[in-house]
Amino acid sequence: MSTAVAAAGPTAYWYLTRSTGAVALVLLTFATALGVLDLRRWSTPRLPRFVVDSLHRSSSLLAMVFLALHILTSILDGFARISLIDAFVPFAGSYRPFWLGLGALAFDLLVAVTITSLLRQRIGYQGWRAVHWLAYASWPIALLHTFGTGSDIKQAWMLWLSVVCVAIVVGAVLARVLFGWPENRRRRVGALATAGGFSLFLLAWLPGGPLGSDWARRSGTPSSLLAHTHAATNSSGSRR
Amino acid sequence: MSYRLRVNPIACEAHGMCAELLPERITLDEWGYPLISAEPLPESLLEHARRAAQACPTLALLLERERARS
Amino acid sequence: MSSAASAYAQAPPPSQPAGLPRLLAGVPAHGALSLQEHLEIHGEAPRKPRRRRRSESPLIARIEAAGLLGRGGGAFPTARKLRSVASAGRRPVVVVNAAEGEPASLKDRTLMRARPHLVLDGGELAASSLGAEEVIVCVCAGARASAEQAAAAIAERSRAGDSSSPRIRLQLVPNHYLSGQESALVSYLNGRRALPTFTPPLPFEQGVGRAPTLVSNAETLAHLALIARHGPEWFRELGTPSEPGSALVTLSGPVAHPGVYEIELGASLFSLIDAAGGATDGVRAALVGGYAGSWIDAGRLPSLALSDEYLAQHRARLGAGVVLLLSEHACPAAETARVARWLASQSSGQCGPCVNGLQALAMTLTETARGVARAKAEERIARLASLVQGRGACAHPDGAVEFILSAVQIFGSEFADHARLGTCEACALAGELPIPDAAARAHGGLRRARLA
Repeated sequence: MSTAVAAAGPTAYWYLTRSTGAVALVLLTFATALGVLDLRRWSTPRLPRFVVDSLHRSSSLLAMVFLALHILTSILDGFARISLIDAFVPFAGSYRPFWLGLGALAFDLLVAVTITSLLRQRIGYQGWRAVHWLAYASWPIALLHTFGTGSDIKQAWMLWLSVVCVAIVVGAVLARVLFGWPENRRRRVGALATAGGFSLFLLAWLPGGPLGSDWARRSGTPSSLLAHTHAATNSSGSRR
Repeated sequence: MSYRLRVNPIACEAHGMCAELLPERITLDEWGYPLISAEPLPESLLEHARRAAQACPTLALLLERERARS
Repeated sequence: MSSAASAYAQAPPPSQPAGLPRLLAGVPAHGALSLQEHLEIHGEAPRKPRRRRRSESPLIARIEAAGLLGRGGGAFPTARKLRSVASAGRRPVVVVNAAEGEPASLKDRTLMRARPHLVLDGGELAASSLGAEEVIVCVCAGARASAEQAAAAIAERSRAGDSSSPRIRLQLVPNHYLSGQESALVSYLNGRRALPTFTPPLPFEQGVGRAPTLVSNAETLAHLALIARHGPEWFRELGTPSEPGSALVTLSGPVAHPGVYEIELGASLFSLIDAAGGATDGVRAALVGGYAGSWIDAGRLPSLALSDEYLAQHRARLGAGVVLLLSEHACPAAETARVARWLASQSSGQCGPCVNGLQALAMTLTETARGVARAKAEERIARLASLVQGRGACAHPDGAVEFILSAVQIFGSEFADHARLGTCEACALAGELPIPDAAARAHGGLRRARLA
């Protein structure tokens, strides 16, 4: 039962899934910021356009690698009983279904973006572009997944990491919107509103949500696992 | 099998990556649009040409098989 | 070179047409020939040649024997075009292109206004020979009389016609210079904007509704209808061996009666001017081929014959049969700059070299005409021309460059004077070359677009 699990202690997979998750978030943030900024327009002979472009592609692909590891290790770590299906089908799991589901959703979107990008020349520019817009949705969804399921979110280092990620993306949006203002006014205002709205939402939600008390239970951790959590809270760090 | 490079001038938005990746055959005019040299594309440059076509943000650079002239 | 006159007489006896006029036979001053009148003049349309599977329609072979070349500007052999569409496999569509975007050209709208049934005959015959079931007639939205007559003629045919005839419908297209460009027209018919598209695939492979599409000029189809009736030998009785038949020409400038005339290919320019009542002023130069054509100096005009073969010596082509005469009283530098500005404005804006290049060329010409050009304007023009040619998705920039380069060459002395001394008295006069930007100018250069 739960005591047997407690005796086993956290497996290596559990640490790996947290760390690969954090790295995937950072890489995704970097790739998203590069995409939003469209740094190509500010290329210099020392930083040619194709290098900036390569950075975006490479960091995206690397993010996918870490994301795959993150998912794999979360499945292999038996604690939360996350199955392969839960990785692709959102909101079907037993462990914090909504917040985990967001992760699966972000993953689905990113898979679509990745595949279409790898097959860009076959699909054609218009088709590729339509799907690539989904990338804009995948980052905030991944971020909410991090806040919702992340075991380390109350830890200072993880919180700061997340805040910096948000700052980077919001900053990139601001920079892109302001440069060349007011062309395409509607679109720019929409982007500002979305970024601003999202930031305000986080500010309002985080303190009473994931950073608040009893989040594990409120977010949907199954009660069988909660008992174990309470028992282990006093020892090293928070288990779940 | 000989190849040639062609630009779709409607799709081209003067990003200029093609000229960076294949300066041996592509230069940019004063407005940033590509000028493709008429010289043939040797085997040694084929990979670079492929990469340039792949890198174009709007897929305006096309690497095509030379159609046999009848 | 033949000097056959191009004047047209009253309607000749029906089934024995010889000489001119052919297309313009019996054309009324107002309104159109009704279906009945059309049949009286030209006789019954031949039985529609049914296209049998795996064998080519006999009409195509007749068109090939007749040597009919497209009259929309490209002079492409019509039989070859028909064959390409026929061999594409799927059921094709026929588009009748009367969307005359060239400001100085009136022949297609004249044909649609006065002889719609002849054009529709051609469209139906082409459709039957290709196995097409749909014919779309495209007319510019601004050519109201032509559109009305075309619509009336279509209605007349559907009342009289049989169910085996292809469906014909009228489609109005926007009034831009490029609306009649083949891929732009197909794009518009496919529900997108009337702007040229990147080819391949060309319309004969994939056009309206992704079907192989024959886009044929209205005049070409009118000739096709007559060839179907009277045969290739009859067609070849006029014209030259390489450019047989007759052609419609729009003549404008200082002549007594500017307008649309039917000439025998190879006829002399002077016989055309005679038919138009003679020149009313001294002529400085002639622009052959419209605004995508070339200027020819007055000194060369007396011996000028209107056929591509002859015009090639002067780096010119007949194109869509547009001949503009420039009077001695007009200022060539100002006129060229004005038209260059208009050509730049008519760019579809899709290709960088065209948009930027034509803009820069127009500015340089304007500055030169006003005497405020920067140093080495001539070199700049030559350099810009080479940067623009061949780098657009359609032939618009190439045509514009040809117009500009030939102007700079022919009017070299005028340009040099303007560069040194600035504007001349004639610069301020209303433009002689017609461009459709102001209502007053719309018919200025053409005065009466009537048939002599």
